[in-house]
Amino acid sequence: MSDTTLTPKRTRTIAGIPFLGEAILIAVVIGAYFLFPYNLAFLTRILIMVLLVLSLDLVLGFAGIATLGQAAMYGTGAYAAGLFAVHVTGAPLPGLVVGAVAGAALAFLSGLVLMRAKGLTLIMLTIAVASICHEIANKARDVTGGADGLRGIRMEPVAGLFEFDFIGKTAYWYVFVVVFVVFLLLKRLANAPLGQSLRGIHESPERMAAIGAPVYRRLVLAYTLGGGIAGLAGALAAQVTQLVSLEVYSFNLSAEALIMLILGGTGRLYGAIIGTVIFMTVHHVAAAADPFNWLFLIGLMVLGVVFFLPKGLAHLPTALTRLVRGRT
Amino acid sequence: MSLFLNILIDGIAYGMILFMISVGLSVTMGLMRVINLAHGGFALVGGAVAHWLIIAQGLSFWLAAPLGVAAAVALAWPLERLIYRRIYGFGDLQQVLATIGLTFLMIATVNRLLGSTLLALPLPELLAQSVDLGFRTLPLHRLVVIGVGLAVIAGLWLLIDRTRFGIRLRAAVDNRATASAIGINTGLIYSATFCLGAGLAALGGILGAEMLPIEAYYPLRYMVLFLIVVAVGGMGSISGSFTAALGLGILDTATRYLVPGFGTIFFYGCIILFLALRPNGLWGRTA
Repeated sequence: MSDTTLTPKRTRTIAGIPFLGEAILIAVVIGAYFLFPYNLAFLTRILIMVLLVLSLDLVLGFAGIATLGQAAMYGTGAYAAGLFAVHVTGAPLPGLVVGAVAGAALAFLSGLVLMRAKGLTLIMLTIAVASICHEIANKARDVTGGADGLRGIRMEPVAGLFEFDFIGKTAYWYVFVVVFVVFLLLKRLANAPLGQSLRGIHESPERMAAIGAPVYRRLVLAYTLGGGIAGLAGALAAQVTQLVSLEVYSFNLSAEALIMLILGGTGRLYGAIIGTVIFMTVHHVAAAADPFNWLFLIGLMVLGVVFFLPKGLAHLPTALTRLVRGRT
Repeated sequence: MSLFLNILIDGIAYGMILFMISVGLSVTMGLMRVINLAHGGFALVGGAVAHWLIIAQGLSFWLAAPLGVAAAVALAWPLERLIYRRIYGFGDLQQVLATIGLTFLMIATVNRLLGSTLLALPLPELLAQSVDLGFRTLPLHRLVVIGVGLAVIAGLWLLIDRTRFGIRLRAAVDNRATASAIGINTGLIYSATFCLGAGLAALGGILGAEMLPIEAYYPLRYMVLFLIVVAVGGMGSISGSFTAALGLGILDTATRYLVPGFGTIFFYGCIILFLALRPNGLWGRTA
């Protein structure tokens, strides 16, 4: 993980134009809405996954916390928001807050233990936390519905104005607005002192400790923030699909989120978006074309990226220009 | 008392399987510093080839099992030479991504050739017959598994502790650069160790098919289990892997017997407690 360099990220704009990235993002989202009007459910799923991968980028890409258990916070957010909708109110926005708080609370509590470990041990601990959550949700059948899933979620209109429709138009825009706001906040955070300090800890915890940074507390804070965002993603999924199943805690979800992040490139927020979109699109198309052997294609893609674009797909433009101009 | 003995026998047999599959993973992680998520794939390849030889070709188990192991080694050698050699130099995350990509390719290939159903490995009559131990009867297979497991640890100990290869291997684990500087062919050591680990994984996969059934998604399904053995035992430690595999095998079996509804919670609870107290595993070296 020491292959990244500590360069100032403050001046990161695409081609020097401020907010060009955001503009492209909005244009793509609007374009997708009109190009694929019958695939809005799938597009919404991509957006929710982007949010989960962004949370992983904060935890892993910024702070360097290796985790394969981000589904623990995602699932807890989903169940919290689902239960809140069933038992308290179907208003979406308070549900989001509940989901985010639940995810952050779990991340904080488990983080107190987890952030003392490193490397493989840390990865195993994060997996163990997600597995325990999975089993608790499975066993607490009266509360969560167990293997049948949590049913009976009825959502009220967003902010009392926009009713959820069958085609998923409201869901699409609702999810996008949430993802976009979180994206802007994360972008802000990346340049804020906290973000810089997390990058420093990623590069060298010892040096950061030596210059007086409270490394352990910063890591717990980053993990908690990431958990809150993952919980938010889970809450969105619960509200949009109106169902929470045990799958939200599955190891595959954590692993796929990690693959998407590394595929796109860690530590850069656009990498999380690009990786997720490409992985999920290839997955979707390959699974539709060949339901039995799509995994082969995914495997080839993953290997290809590792060997030819070790810094992730977000690095593709730089790699291409270098190729065209000749290696300098 | 008989419950206790039951747990012990089943747990030890299960632990031996975990040990055979995980020991190669532990050594490659300690030696090459590579997080090889595709390791379970070699157990799958061994099991799948043995299954195909028995079911489609009508070979006997005794012939099919060694051929399955040989197939896994035959796959591991070129993979190590062509792909893993490049992966060693990557960062942690790239290693995770690359080896997961390899795992996907293995799963997809087995899925394509043999389908996604359970790949049964019928035991020969000799192993399927039951033995009376006084307090219970159990298939001879379990005892054979325990016997083979003991033979493997004894063989590994002899190899590591008593042969020239073992000395070189230990030197390479301790310090790669120095070992290479004093003329040890570390490349060859890597290849040989990698193939040995893959072969043992295939052996464990074939013998353990009763407990961990072989199917296309095997490497992903049990990946976490094998990695836990390595994390608890400590990377690169063979005796650590052995103790951890036995302990986890017995713990898992005991929780299944004693607290059937809450086995997984209890199991992972113990893992968290242990790893929180000993982050480097039983005999782990600090990375």
